[in-house]
Amino acid sequence: MKILVPVKRVIDYNVKPRVKADGTGVDLSNVKMSMNPFDEIAVEEALRIKEAGKADEVIVVSVGPAKAQETLRTALAMGADRAVLVETDAEVEPLAVAKILKSLVETETPGLVILGKQAIDDDSNQTGQMLAALLGRPQGTFASKVAVEGDKVVVTREVDGGLETVSLAIPAIVTTDLRLNEPRYASLPNIMKAKKKPLDVKSPADCGVDIAPRLKTLKVVEPAVRSAGIKVADVDALVAKLKEMGVA
Amino acid sequence: MSKTLVWVEHDNASVKDATLAAVTAASQLGEVHLLVAGAGCAGVAEAAAQIAGVGKVHLADDAAYGNALAENVAPLVVALMADHDAFVAPATSNGKNIAPRVAALLDVMQVSDILSVEGPKTFTRPTYAGNAIATVESSDAKLVVTVRGTAFAKAAASGGAGVVEAVAGSGDAGLSSFVGAEVAKSERPELTSAKIIVSGGRALKDAATFEATIMPLADKLGAGVGASRAAVDAGYVPNDYQVGQTGKIVAPEVYIAVGISGAIQHLAGMKDSKTIIAINKDEDAPIFQVADIGLIADLFSAVPELTTKISGA
Repeated sequence: MKILVPVKRVIDYNVKPRVKADGTGVDLSNVKMSMNPFDEIAVEEALRIKEAGKADEVIVVSVGPAKAQETLRTALAMGADRAVLVETDAEVEPLAVAKILKSLVETETPGLVILGKQAIDDDSNQTGQMLAALLGRPQGTFASKVAVEGDKVVVTREVDGGLETVSLAIPAIVTTDLRLNEPRYASLPNIMKAKKKPLDVKSPADCGVDIAPRLKTLKVVEPAVRSAGIKVADVDALVAKLKEMGVA
Repeated sequence: MSKTLVWVEHDNASVKDATLAAVTAASQLGEVHLLVAGAGCAGVAEAAAQIAGVGKVHLADDAAYGNALAENVAPLVVALMADHDAFVAPATSNGKNIAPRVAALLDVMQVSDILSVEGPKTFTRPTYAGNAIATVESSDAKLVVTVRGTAFAKAAASGGAGVVEAVAGSGDAGLSSFVGAEVAKSERPELTSAKIIVSGGRALKDAATFEATIMPLADKLGAGVGASRAAVDAGYVPNDYQVGQTGKIVAPEVYIAVGISGAIQHLAGMKDSKTIIAINKDEDAPIFQVADIGLIADLFSAVPELTTKISGA
C-alpha cells in the first residue's frame, strides 16, 4: 500500500504574522517559512505506518511555488520515499488543491491519503474533506489515533465532547490533529540522502485543474486590539469587582 | 429572497447552542430552513421548530444519520441544496467535518469560520490564528459557510413556528461505520456555552493540584473549566479542556485565567470574552495585557481565598 501525504509551505508557526499596511494580506517577505505543523504530523504518521510494515511507499506532494521544494525535501529527509511538486505561484484554494490531489490519487492509487487538518495560514480546514468527497471515499478527520487493520483504517477523532472512533474502508482519507504523534527531526545523514531522492515537478494544467480562485479577498486587517485593564491589590478587591459584575 | 439550510447540531436528544448562532448568521442571508439529521431525533426537530425565525425543518430520521457520519450525511445535504442557496453549519466538529464534503460535492469553495456577514456573499473570517481578519467575497452560485459560534448572538430558542417535514435520504453510503465514543461526562457547563469559565495553566503543577485548586472555584461560580495547551500537554487535564487556537474558541461573560501566561495561541481562543480576569504571580505575563482585571498573586493562596470569599452563584 502507498500513502500519499500532501504538505504545505507556510509561515513558521513561531513567527507573528504582520498584516500589510495596504490591507492586501499578510507580509511574507523575509519571513521564515516551514512545513505546516499539522502536515509534519501527517508525514510522521505515514512513516510510522510504513515502519510497522503496513505500507511500502510514502509519497509527499505539495502545491505551491518552486520554494515548496524545500518543504518536500524536509519531508524526504524525515523518511518519505519520493516527492511531487505541483508548481504554481498563484494562491491555490482548498477546493482546487483537492482537485489536484484527486488527479494525483488517480495516478498513484494510494491506500491512504493523510493530510494536516488545516494549514496555519488560511485556517480553512477543508482540503481533506473535499478530497474525500471528490473521490467518493471515507474521511477520518481530526485524528488522534490511526490503526490500519486489514482493509479498514480505524481512526480515533478529537471531537467537541471528547473522542470518537470510526472505521473506514480503505482507500480512505485521514486528517491529523495535534496529539496524533510527535514528528521526528531529520538527521544530517538523512538530510543529505534526501537531496538524491526523486522529486517530480508538474503544473496544475498537467493535472487538468483550473485553479482560478472562487473567493476574492477584499481586504485583510489586524484584529481589534484589547487593551489592558486595571490591577487589583488583593483577593478582597477582586471579590468586590466580581460582586459588582453580579457573578459572585 | 434566498433560502438557507442550517445544519442543526444535536445529540439526538436536544439542540446544541452552536445551532442558535448559526441561525442568526443564516438569517442575515435569507429565509432560514433547518436540517435535523439523526436517529430517533423527532423530538429535536420539534424543539428546533421553536427557534425564532425558522421556516421549514427538514427531519431525516435514519440509523445511518445517528452519528453524523459525513459520508452518509453529505449526500442528504447535497440533495436538499437543490432547493436552497446557502448551507450554513456551526463550526463544531460535526460542522467542520461535514460542510467541506458538501461544498466539494457542490463544486463550491467554502467560507470557513465566519465572524460576520457583510453582504449577500461577503464575510469576514479569521486567518493566521486570528492574527489577520480577511473580508472575502464568494463568486460561487451557492454558498457553503461555517459559523464561529462566539461571533454571533444566539437566536431565541423559542417563539418560532417552524413546520417539520420528513425527508428521506440515501442512508448508509457503506464507506464508514461508527465504532464508539468516549465522551467526557461532566456536571459542569460545556465550555463553548458557559457564561463563566475558570481556566488553569502550567503553573498548576500537576493533575491533582489542578483538580484541588481550579474545580472548587469553578463549582462555586457554576463555571466551565478550561486549560491552556501547556496544561493539557503536561497531562493535568484531557484535551477537550483546551482553550486556544488548537483547542476550543470561547467567549464567555467572564473568563478567569489562573496561572496562564497568555501565549498567542491561548489568547486566540479566549480574547473575545467579555471580561477577562487574570491571576498570575508574574507581573510581566502577557495575559495582563489583555486582562480587564489583573491580580498579581501566588495562585496557591489567592485561588482558595477567592473560593472561600465569594458567596457562590
